[in-house]
Amino acid sequence: MAADESYPENLRYHREHDWARVDGDTAVVGITWYAQDALGELVHFEPPDEGASVAADESYGEVESVKAVSDLISPLTGEVIEVNQMVQEEPEKVNDDPYGDGWLIKIRLSDPGEADGLLDVAAYKALLQEQ
Amino acid sequence: MRYLSLTDSDQEAMLAAIGVSSIDELFQDIPERVRFDRPLDLEPALSEPELVAHLEQLAGRNAHTGRELSFLGAGIYDHYVPAIVDAILARGEFLTAYTPYQPEMSQGVLQAIFEYQTVICELTGMDVSNASGYDGTTVAADACYVAKHTTGRTKVVLTEALNPQVRQVVKTYAPGFGLEVVEVPHTDGITDPDDVRKAAEDAACVIFQQPNFFGCLEPAPELAAVANEAEALAVAHVDPVSLGVLEAPGGYGCAIAIGEGQGAGNYQSYGGPHYGFIAMRSDYIRRMPGRIVGETTDTAGERGYVLTLQTREQHIRREKATSNITTNQTLLALAGLAHLSWLGPQGLRELGETCMSLAAYAKDRLGLPLVFPDRTTFKEFAVRAGRPAEEAIRAAREQGVHPGYALKRDYSGMEDALLVCVTEKRSPGDIDRLAEVLAA
Amino acid sequence: MKLIFEKSQAGRTAGTLPSYDLPPAEVPEELRRGEPPRLPELAEPEIVRHFTALADRTFGVDTGFYPLGSCTMKHNPRVNERVVALPGFRDLHPLQEEDGAQGALELMWRLQEILAEVCGLHAVSLQPAAGSQGELTGLMLMRAYFADRGEAEQRKFVITADTAHGTNPASVTMAGFELKKVETDARGNLDLDDLRAKVNEETAGLMLTNPSTLGLFDEHIEEVAEIFHGAGALLYYDGANLNAVCGISRPGDMGFDIVHINLHKTFSQPHGGGGPGGGPVAVRDILEPFLPAPTVIRDGNEFLLDYNRPKSIGKVRGYTGPFGVFVRSYAFIRAYGPELRRMSEVAVLNANYMLSRLKSTYDLPFERLCMHEFVLSARNLKRDHGVNALDVAKRLMDYGFHPPTIYFPLIVPEALMIEPTETEPKETLDAFCDAMEKIAAEAASDPEMLKEAPHRRPVRRLDEVKAAKRAIVKYGFDQHPDLRGERAEGETVEAQKGA
Repeated sequence: MAADESYPENLRYHREHDWARVDGDTAVVGITWYAQDALGELVHFEPPDEGASVAADESYGEVESVKAVSDLISPLTGEVIEVNQMVQEEPEKVNDDPYGDGWLIKIRLSDPGEADGLLDVAAYKALLQEQ
Repeated sequence: MRYLSLTDSDQEAMLAAIGVSSIDELFQDIPERVRFDRPLDLEPALSEPELVAHLEQLAGRNAHTGRELSFLGAGIYDHYVPAIVDAILARGEFLTAYTPYQPEMSQGVLQAIFEYQTVICELTGMDVSNASGYDGTTVAADACYVAKHTTGRTKVVLTEALNPQVRQVVKTYAPGFGLEVVEVPHTDGITDPDDVRKAAEDAACVIFQQPNFFGCLEPAPELAAVANEAEALAVAHVDPVSLGVLEAPGGYGCAIAIGEGQGAGNYQSYGGPHYGFIAMRSDYIRRMPGRIVGETTDTAGERGYVLTLQTREQHIRREKATSNITTNQTLLALAGLAHLSWLGPQGLRELGETCMSLAAYAKDRLGLPLVFPDRTTFKEFAVRAGRPAEEAIRAAREQGVHPGYALKRDYSGMEDALLVCVTEKRSPGDIDRLAEVLAA
Repeated sequence: MKLIFEKSQAGRTAGTLPSYDLPPAEVPEELRRGEPPRLPELAEPEIVRHFTALADRTFGVDTGFYPLGSCTMKHNPRVNERVVALPGFRDLHPLQEEDGAQGALELMWRLQEILAEVCGLHAVSLQPAAGSQGELTGLMLMRAYFADRGEAEQRKFVITADTAHGTNPASVTMAGFELKKVETDARGNLDLDDLRAKVNEETAGLMLTNPSTLGLFDEHIEEVAEIFHGAGALLYYDGANLNAVCGISRPGDMGFDIVHINLHKTFSQPHGGGGPGGGPVAVRDILEPFLPAPTVIRDGNEFLLDYNRPKSIGKVRGYTGPFGVFVRSYAFIRAYGPELRRMSEVAVLNANYMLSRLKSTYDLPFERLCMHEFVLSARNLKRDHGVNALDVAKRLMDYGFHPPTIYFPLIVPEALMIEPTETEPKETLDAFCDAMEKIAAEAASDPEMLKEAPHRRPVRRLDEVKAAKRAIVKYGFDQHPDLRGERAEGETVEAQKGA
């Protein structure tokens, strides 16, 4: 059951349709409602390994629906400290709850200040208008 | 023209509807200078009877196995193709359908491919098969691509006893794939696992053939073990006709099984079209090249079949696809399914046993020195003809018998060696004739 | 319908083999088969019935109209099936000595000559097994050419159009090149400014179909060729759309250096449910030395296999290629002779006629005459009624037609790519257009019915999401999953291991 369209206020956004919830020197990362809607029901999540490095603006994994594959672009730089096992088993969680149960990875940030360079919800919504 | 339905009045009406006055106007976007302004330099059109006569004339100049008693194998085999295969392939629906991208229109083809995938997994002891590859050579290149992306390594190891055509094709693909190819020589007709052990360090995969190109039985479990010790993928290139009597690659530690399907259900047809098969452990399913059919249900809850995991494929993943393959060899794979269904498990075992016992009889009856006397062989074996192989072949063919393949074409030190193949289509009487002809 | 394994009964068999009174030959124990493979066990009558039932659930060109864009689903002449089955072709071993295969070699040589003439180029390899393999071969030829000139490191990029088949970028990667894309302009031609910005001394070449997958002939093809040749790069022609231009415009004359031909599209090799095909490659003389070995050459009245090719890229497929495909294509072309031009003329006429009938009912992205195929968009139906290209395709099945290609090319939203081919009669084209008009009307009056189509096929709309998630790719002998229920405890792809 796909969620209704929403873009929470308390998150930071990346132009490749990813979100980050920053908490001190860690962040939880996922894809936005717009991204899951464009892909359709997800069937597979290809995550990075725990301990792997991720870099801002670069791919850290993939999600697949029946008809499309999408690179997951990391909004921030750091080390992967946790991968969402539940999404690996039930990828459709991302469609149902993209900002909650549908989170993808947790990162320990190399530079907590880097999040300031991300978009706030107003800027992200403005970007969507242009799509 | 007989393949066109268009009449003059059709053409008039259609041009009027489009709003142009001639066919030439439809091509107005083609710049003048690239227009082809003369007739094609092709021979005049043939009516159907003339066409058939012309093709019969060409066909009549080939020494096929109906005219020449053949002991030629070396990768393509004169096995019996049962009449039901011809009947099934003649069904226009199978013959003229395309890739089942619209599954509701193609449940027959999709289910047949699902059944084919099952049969290949059963033969090879693997978890997943694709819907076919081009032939027994390109599937080896496919296996190398999978191994590279799975292990991250760039060296592939091939045994010298692997079919020379397979090795050539892998070497042609290797530069584009960024692969280094290493070959391990045979020792008296088979491959020594210790030789492979050295080569397999840092290898992405080790590919060996069972039975090998010389017809000899390799120490397959040990070869697979050596690959696995080095954390390289063990890949066995196998003869489907042998898999009723020989153990399946999945049963002795292989990650991937590949092969040429022709011997199971296709005519020789001067080398093609045939079908390659590739099957692997389920760990690698997302790396599988080509099409895969999966089961599902429709909106009414009924069982049905669809192409699945298409995100591996070129039409979605494009430059990151597991392969660029689109058109494959479905019709020939269907022939394979029909043939293997016709045989059943008992029939496949009997087929293997018959070929082996006929070949053993031939080894003995020919009375010629064996190139590899201490080796157990399946349906092929190498003998020394006592004179240059091409002379032995010419003399035998003058007597209406083709005695086998000249191994010197691919291997050194084989000046007088013939690779003799005996299938269930040859009788003991035929073998006696071969013995006679070679002794002369 | 049951699977063949579900009809199996232990002890039944259809096969009979000769048996001889010979001592059995033993397989050493460590190599011997343990468990027999669970092949079907049926007698002949039930095998025939099973495959007949499967054929009845399959729609081919023989069944009805099959307008899949860029696939060229034309009629497959039956005489071709007769000649390919002649024993002199069917039962000929590929390693037979050349003097025992003169008929086969002559046929191949003549086909090579014909394809060179049709393409306007100099030399041909028949070896590649399909169009994609032809593409890969062509790219390998490019790489060999530049390596021979000492430019291997330098020439890193291959450019494809944004309308290209997915095979083009996939082949680029497999050949070890990097990809760049060029955009299409509002008229459906390559954007020349974008192209000039992207082509330089690091470019190996262009891969292009002309006419494009939009069914449009690139009006600036000569400038395109100049841009690439001026940078020392090569042009590769994807022959998927050759049916539009045989005898009318030749790729070699357009400026292309390498061409692959799809024998299963343009030259009537039957599609076989997905294959086989043939993807021969024609090249300009500068590339001839690099062609796969062997090629077929003529020496007086003899035809020979030429293995003496020191600069050859090697071998892309076993033996000389899919010979049975050559026989059919050769027979097809010999039935036309120089009249082959008429084939393309009628293909283009048929497509333009359909375009004229449908362009007011559906959205037309490019206001031009088309070639052998055209692309419409169902965007207007989606906007006004929530009905998309997929729904239109599924509903066409109820009218007795195979749908066109959908959602391709990628640059057209809700794309419907229609290629009638030359073998269709006018009444069929009219019937299809009538159905398309009716469906547009149904979109307004009864969109829900369209969303549940098809209604009249052996199955209803199939759940592709479930197929991808459950990944049931073979029969589970011990326990075949029942997909009508939820995933069973412990059922994963891994559970299919050995099941």
